[in-house]
Amino acid sequence: MIAADRPLLKIQDLHTRFHTLDGVVNAVDGVDFHVLRGEVLGLVGESGCGKSVTALSILQLLRCPPAEIQGRILFEDEDLLRLSKEDIRKIRGSGISMIFQEPMTSLNPVLKIGEQIAEAVRIHKEMNRRESWQWAVEMLRMVQIPSPGSRSRQYPHKFSGGMRQRAVIAMALSCQPKLILADEPTTALDVTIQAQIMNLMLRLKEEFNTAVVLITHDLGVIAEMADRVVVMYAGKVVEEAPVRELFKDPRHPYTLGLMGSIPVIGRKEKTGRRLHEIPGLVPSPLEKPQGCRFHPRCNKVMDICRVKEPPVVRPSETRRVSCWLEAEDGGRV
Amino acid sequence: MALLEVQGLKKYFPVKQGALSRNIENVRAVDGVSFNLNRGETLGLVGESGCGKSTLGRCILRLIEPTAGKIIFDGRNLIEIGKRELRQVRSSLQIIFQDPFSSLDPRMNVGRIIAEPLRNHLKTSRTEIKDRVAYLLEKVGLHPEQMGRYPHEFSGGQRQRIGIARALALNPLAIICDEPVSALDVSIQAQVINLLIQLQEELNLSYLFIAHDLSVVEHISDRVAVMYLGRIVELATDRELYRNPLHPYTRALLAAVPVPDPDVRKQKILLQGDVPNPVNPPAGCSFHTRCPERKDICSQEEPALRDMGHGHMAACHITA
Repeated sequence: MIAADRPLLKIQDLHTRFHTLDGVVNAVDGVDFHVLRGEVLGLVGESGCGKSVTALSILQLLRCPPAEIQGRILFEDEDLLRLSKEDIRKIRGSGISMIFQEPMTSLNPVLKIGEQIAEAVRIHKEMNRRESWQWAVEMLRMVQIPSPGSRSRQYPHKFSGGMRQRAVIAMALSCQPKLILADEPTTALDVTIQAQIMNLMLRLKEEFNTAVVLITHDLGVIAEMADRVVVMYAGKVVEEAPVRELFKDPRHPYTLGLMGSIPVIGRKEKTGRRLHEIPGLVPSPLEKPQGCRFHPRCNKVMDICRVKEPPVVRPSETRRVSCWLEAEDGGRV
Repeated sequence: MALLEVQGLKKYFPVKQGALSRNIENVRAVDGVSFNLNRGETLGLVGESGCGKSTLGRCILRLIEPTAGKIIFDGRNLIEIGKRELRQVRSSLQIIFQDPFSSLDPRMNVGRIIAEPLRNHLKTSRTEIKDRVAYLLEKVGLHPEQMGRYPHEFSGGQRQRIGIARALALNPLAIICDEPVSALDVSIQAQVINLLIQLQEELNLSYLFIAHDLSVVEHISDRVAVMYLGRIVELATDRELYRNPLHPYTRALLAAVPVPDPDVRKQKILLQGDVPNPVNPPAGCSFHTRCPERKDICSQEEPALRDMGHGHMAACHITA
């Protein structure tokens, strides 16, 4: 196998638990997936499904305890969970960087925008003050901030929401990482600004061959940006597929339910005003259902789903789905 | 006749400065908005953050006092009436808020939250109120036994159902829905949208549905108004507006909506820059600074909202 074929990031059997006063919360419960160089992997699911915790576990941005991370997180064949604190700090920013949903909370309000970008470059790239500041201005220009020179000397409150998210992207890209974890990067933005940011991220990805893990609940954003998609529910991966196949032929009842429950412009004339709904609620992380975690909300539930966890079925080389309906014996055990 | 008629509604927020708090300029949050809402109809109101859509919704109920204009609801001009009469009107004109976490009093149990409007407006016995609360809870898909629980014991979607039950308590004619589903997960969002549609069919309610999500608005609305910087720039039936958008802003908005179909990764009309500051909106057409089709006239003269045929209203020099 040549190096280019090997995945950039490979997660194996990741478990992240939180020890709380109410009991142990298994936020991520045996997740595995991989990311190739230069690809956009979409990570979809509703709130509480563990998608953000997965990203935070990769960079170990969780306080341990109460959190406890187990499994293997291989980044360029190195297990991040075995690295020292010092070594993981070197990876953050220069190897893997992160973009958060709310740009205001990830910017320091009392530091100038330029300084916040320059700081990371000084640490990781060993540049001096002047070089790093010039670099910061260049990065701001690249994410299309108008008059980046004077803007770099301003504080975050002077920036609009869209500009802040651009600044955060500039910061994430400043050390030319190989992988960006983007956690709902456009959710807080208006649609016209969202379109600008999505366009920018795709362009930069092409330019630098950066891989992106795009975490979102918005299937529209996934359809426009992702190459492959991993669907999560209650801490587990329920389905994985290349983006076209997922939208053409969703296999897991949860994926199907998600797709039916979003309003699509022009569809109501065909399907009527009632949206398909997934009944019930996302289960509390403290009391996850037995068997298949989706079974209390599933419209195709069978007896076996209530007692036994479904196997991982691979209908093709690039797809997998975790559902008894897909199992060869149809769940008759 | 329309149930609700809004004419030339304006809301200017003063910007004060100095020791004497002199009024130096105004934020024109709502700047001359007119529309009708008919019985049993849903009028969608879309626009980006800061366009004034939420302020407009609150002005209609006089939760924020409007600066100028007329609000005629069920034959009465709400601007002119006194406090006591306004309270009466509010029993038939209700509002649901976006954030189901901050719009319910955490120290009241659900039964009290829903009974509060009943106790304030009707002189009925305790058992009658209790029956009504139980009926309302069932109507919005919750269990009457949950009456004694507190808001924190419910999920976001369930809280939004409680807010809807409270709004329905006094048999309103119309409900202003201010981003009622934007804080919810997609599968829960579908449940709440379906509930709103079902209640409308059963009770012949009118909705003013304020939201930033164009797909949600298209799904629920009969007619749609698009707002930009405090003004309505286009208003038409949902079919017309989404199939044949006339205003360049509407076209750009629609093009920016991500489509959940990887085969139609479409060419976007990318708008440059951000929404201008409503303290100093651009002269002429307020959209001309970002408009890809602007002409000279656009920066000089303000376009009026005019009928472009078959009731399709738009405010634009280009499409005229």
